[in-house]
Amino acid sequence: MEYPFAITLSANSSLANHTGSWRVEKPEYVHRMPPCNNACPAGENIQNWLYIAEDGSYEAAWRALIIDNPFPAIMGRVCYHPCESVCNRAELDEAVGINSIERFLGDHAIEKGWTIPAPRVESGFKVLVIGAGPAGLSTAYHLRSMGHSVRVRDATPAPGGMMRYGIPKYRLPREVLDAEINRIKEMGVVFEMNTRVDDVHDALDEGYSAVFLAIGAQLSKRAYIPASESARILDAIKVLHEVEDGSQPLLGRKVVVYGGGNTAMDVARTAKRLGAEEAIIVYRRTRDKAPANDQEITEAIEEGILVKWLSTVKHVDEKKLHIEKMELDENGFPQPTGEFETLEADSLILALGQEVDFSLLGNSADLDTKDGVMPVDATMMTSHPGIFAGGDMIPAERTVTTSIGAGKKAARNIDAWLRKKAYEKIENNDIVTFDQLNTWYYTDAPHIVRERLEASRRAKDFSEVVKGLNESNALYEARRCLSCGNCFECDNCFGVCPENAIIKLGPGKGFEINLDYCKGCGICVAECPSSSIIMVPDK
Amino acid sequence: MSTTPIKFYQVGSFAIGNRLLPAQDRAIQSDPNRTNALTSGHRACQGCGEALGARYALDAAMRATNEKIIVVNATGCLEVFSTPYPESSWRLAWLHSLFGNAPAVATGVAAALKAQAKNDIRVIGQGGDGATVDIGFGALSGMFERNDDVLYICYDNEAYMNTGVQRSGATPPAARTATTQAVGTNPGNLFGQGKNLPRIAMAHEIPYVATATVADLRDLEAKVTRAMSFRGARYIHVLVPCPLGWGSESCDTIKIARLATQSGLFPVFEAESGEVTSSTSIRKIVSVEEYLKLQTRYAHLFSPTRRDDVIDHLQAIADKNIARYNLISEGSAHL
Amino acid sequence: MLKQIEGSKAVADAVAACRPQVICAYPISPQTHIVEGLSVLVKNGTLENCEFINVESEFAAMSVAIGASATGARTYTATASQGLLYMVEAVYNASGFGLPIVMTVANRAIGAPINIWNDHSDSMSQRDSGWLQLYAETNQEAADLHVQAFKIAEELSLPVMVCMDGFILTHAYERVDVPEQSHVDRFLPAYIPRQTLDPVNPVSIGAMVGPETFTEVKYMAHMKNRLALDVIPKVAADFQKAFGRSSGGLVRGYKLEGAQTVVIALGSVLGTIKDVVDEMVAAEIKIGVLGIIAFRPFPTQAVRKALAHAKRVIVLEKAFQVGIGGIVIENIRHALRGTGVKDYTVIAGLGGRPITKDSLRNFFNAACSDQVDELTFLDLDQALAESEILREAVK
Repeated sequence: MEYPFAITLSANSSLANHTGSWRVEKPEYVHRMPPCNNACPAGENIQNWLYIAEDGSYEAAWRALIIDNPFPAIMGRVCYHPCESVCNRAELDEAVGINSIERFLGDHAIEKGWTIPAPRVESGFKVLVIGAGPAGLSTAYHLRSMGHSVRVRDATPAPGGMMRYGIPKYRLPREVLDAEINRIKEMGVVFEMNTRVDDVHDALDEGYSAVFLAIGAQLSKRAYIPASESARILDAIKVLHEVEDGSQPLLGRKVVVYGGGNTAMDVARTAKRLGAEEAIIVYRRTRDKAPANDQEITEAIEEGILVKWLSTVKHVDEKKLHIEKMELDENGFPQPTGEFETLEADSLILALGQEVDFSLLGNSADLDTKDGVMPVDATMMTSHPGIFAGGDMIPAERTVTTSIGAGKKAARNIDAWLRKKAYEKIENNDIVTFDQLNTWYYTDAPHIVRERLEASRRAKDFSEVVKGLNESNALYEARRCLSCGNCFECDNCFGVCPENAIIKLGPGKGFEINLDYCKGCGICVAECPSSSIIMVPDK
Repeated sequence: MSTTPIKFYQVGSFAIGNRLLPAQDRAIQSDPNRTNALTSGHRACQGCGEALGARYALDAAMRATNEKIIVVNATGCLEVFSTPYPESSWRLAWLHSLFGNAPAVATGVAAALKAQAKNDIRVIGQGGDGATVDIGFGALSGMFERNDDVLYICYDNEAYMNTGVQRSGATPPAARTATTQAVGTNPGNLFGQGKNLPRIAMAHEIPYVATATVADLRDLEAKVTRAMSFRGARYIHVLVPCPLGWGSESCDTIKIARLATQSGLFPVFEAESGEVTSSTSIRKIVSVEEYLKLQTRYAHLFSPTRRDDVIDHLQAIADKNIARYNLISEGSAHL
Repeated sequence: MLKQIEGSKAVADAVAACRPQVICAYPISPQTHIVEGLSVLVKNGTLENCEFINVESEFAAMSVAIGASATGARTYTATASQGLLYMVEAVYNASGFGLPIVMTVANRAIGAPINIWNDHSDSMSQRDSGWLQLYAETNQEAADLHVQAFKIAEELSLPVMVCMDGFILTHAYERVDVPEQSHVDRFLPAYIPRQTLDPVNPVSIGAMVGPETFTEVKYMAHMKNRLALDVIPKVAADFQKAFGRSSGGLVRGYKLEGAQTVVIALGSVLGTIKDVVDEMVAAEIKIGVLGIIAFRPFPTQAVRKALAHAKRVIVLEKAFQVGIGGIVIENIRHALRGTGVKDYTVIAGLGGRPITKDSLRNFFNAACSDQVDELTFLDLDQALAESEILREAVK
């Protein structure tokens, strides 16, 4: 066709006009730190495995998860999920049930029998891990993944440490624990149980290039409590250990537990399950000051356990004990009131915290200790080259998850040390805050409440209290993730660009800015729900 | 509501795409092979709502018609920034005649197609608010009255932006424009009846009338798609914020459109044969102030002295819309 | 087929025979009978595959025509007077786009004061619009010119205005040989648009052109318009072959041989002029007539050639340029540049004032002896006008 000059133009011809030259700022896709990832003591890339799980790719999600933590099924039961406490979704409605999804993935993996392959290349290095608790197991797992030959020694008959001997079955069924530990065995980690290590230095002489110490903190703290000789005073850790060993500790009909931590809750609930008619927790401060996880306190109370808040045990006699009421001073510290009360009690179980039993290290006592724990440097190494330490025995928060995180960190540093390289962690302190999100785009979706065993049925046996999610509600829950700071391919940028200057690269590949046309208006940044695009100066 | 919200995945159907939804449930704009009726290289200002609105609407129309559309464009920003010789940004058959005649030209196109039995090709007329509610109003009304087979889309940015931000019949009360300056005791545009073209269109009892904004793409696409399912005269009124004329940040174009709807100042609804058939509930209701304060055209309401009387007056307009179109439902949340 | 028929009806039948696909209409006297006639032909199925659209204004009429023509339809409309002025913006737009729309202008005066009767003020105001303008002398020619107009318009891709005097022609019943459908079908090929809106091959029509190219675009429009000077006579010749009668062309001379004085005019007044000239020639006055059919483009060479032997010209006009005088005369002077031919302008027939043979005879006789002013308003009530001018001046 013959077109009139100038008045009629060819379609699409403005592509010749590169409007990118108007720009003074340009958008850039970034990966920012989601608060959950930042808060995870095990350093899990939570947002990432949730993202993978969102389309039902559970195995891929699980495999992404275990890059950082080999125990999702355990985590999904015992982790106190600090990730959820900082979840930005909580400001929208409720936090994403990360923990429940983690458990779903962990359980799903066990059900499907997914395994972790042995490393393809053996490094030739041998490492000894002392202590088969969460820190030791985590270190062993990570080191094995890196190709090292790993042997784990522990004095107890079965691996798991506090996960087995401290956490009751109703919170962590042993088949779950065994399944996840077994996977590590199948990777080729050698377990040497019932084996005490008296001298760490011997290990180095045995041909191990490095040693990781993770003996935990198993010694119960003893408070001085005046007591008659016939008073029955027990130690919480020992009670829990005995229960695990299958022996029946004699607690009597009425049991008083002294302490406000998770161990206090665990032992009180265990006492109920062992047949105690009455279990009372005595704690010197208030509920909100108690170190125990609030959910555990709630569950304990639901199960009929009484709690005497603001109370201290003053004297223990046979079958009864005297407690003094406390009150908080203006600084929030409990102060005695002079008011007393008597409780009937067949036994008193002390759950006042644990200390590291350095005697377990025997002749290794030359390693530096300080304030009852063993200091380590930034690479987790003790004062002795080649000997690293982690878990409850080093200065850190004493949770399973923290120990697992310490194990990962130790493994990376041990690996670097073995290979005579420096391990450098990539810091990302660009944490996404709620106000940086464009929450308009997220659907309203309340959190799924995990089903729990009825309280009346709980105290009868050691059945697991908290139920898992099924596939459909796990999927729903995963999809509640806001994907803070990371693109989840919602196509908003692609759609809202007035210049069509966003190139969609295809599923999983994200987007690119066509700088030939981007005028730098910033709408893509403003309308990105997850704050994963930023404006940066240009030219 | 013209769209069924999808309660699925973190963004449901609020965002443009959703990697987990089947392609037919995603917005047309999420398609990597979308038609891009208005292509790159156009000369619209940064953050132009009209460029966005036009692409959204026309891509949807192209999808609905198997890309068989002819577009007639009134004079205005959209025309000027898309077709300065020697480059055109259009990827469809497009004709610009004059400022005030787009509806009539579109009628002519439709008539020619009908006479040539090319019934598969559909016609769209489009223009800004000046072309639509003022200078082309007579032609538009004629097109409506004859029920010509044309979808007319007004991209309303509430003033004559192309000529330098002068007041139009669609300029809201109190807004500053170059011809309603923020001076004197009643700064900005006067309060009056306004010219509510969607309602005027409804008075013609044409098959389909709808309002939409660039803030709700799915709704806009659904309305264009629905409009294309009718024969006869149809009208869609799309609110398209103008960073230049409204004095807003270029990045806030969509946000401002959203606030216009969430405050109730711009009711989103659709009507068939003169009767309102649905309205889009406000999801997170905000005061008009939230909307006004992002735009310097209303700066005189906040400084040097705060004009609560005027703000209240504007709020009353929003409240009236909310009542009239039933914009608050059970799901509406107050922020 | 010869019929005793109203001019408007003859035009309607001729237009219908051209098989337009879109007709848009808005009523204005004295054009209404044409579109009324067409509406019947569309409605009763005589004219098939045609959309007849009753628009809401002349501005819309021309706008609809633009849209239709740009979409490849043969398009027709008709207007007059105020209506033409109301659509002016679109008139210029149509020619700017090179759309071969054919429009009848039933010539009528322009107000204020409002006046429905004939003169040429309306179409003359559009002489710079870029449209071709053809003026019909008779209803036969009006009918024939429409058939030719479509052919000229489509060959050049330019719009054509066929001007016929309101009432004098439109409402007059005369014998007209209305072009027959089969003849028109042979004469006028199917419309092949130069450009069309087509989704399969999309173009953007109506770009903004800036100072760097605008002059070139306008120059090209001018040159294209001038091409009609070749096309119009060719189409007239073809028409004569097809229909066996002479109609159209650029100019038409009458008794020019030996004429020292030539009266020049456009439209139906030529008939009266010829009657007077016949009488004067019989009285051995050397006078002839030159009718201008194509006023745009202006046939400079044809006029110059036709006036090669004239000593003086009298230009009779039905419109004028306020503040200076005649319009047509300016064009004639352009054609006669450097010849030294004397010229006199007579403005006549404004707002329907009858142009009588007596008045013409008196004026021509006076002019032949150079006894007239350069500019004359025929039959002006000088006393009335002067007294009113004086009265208003006193205020």
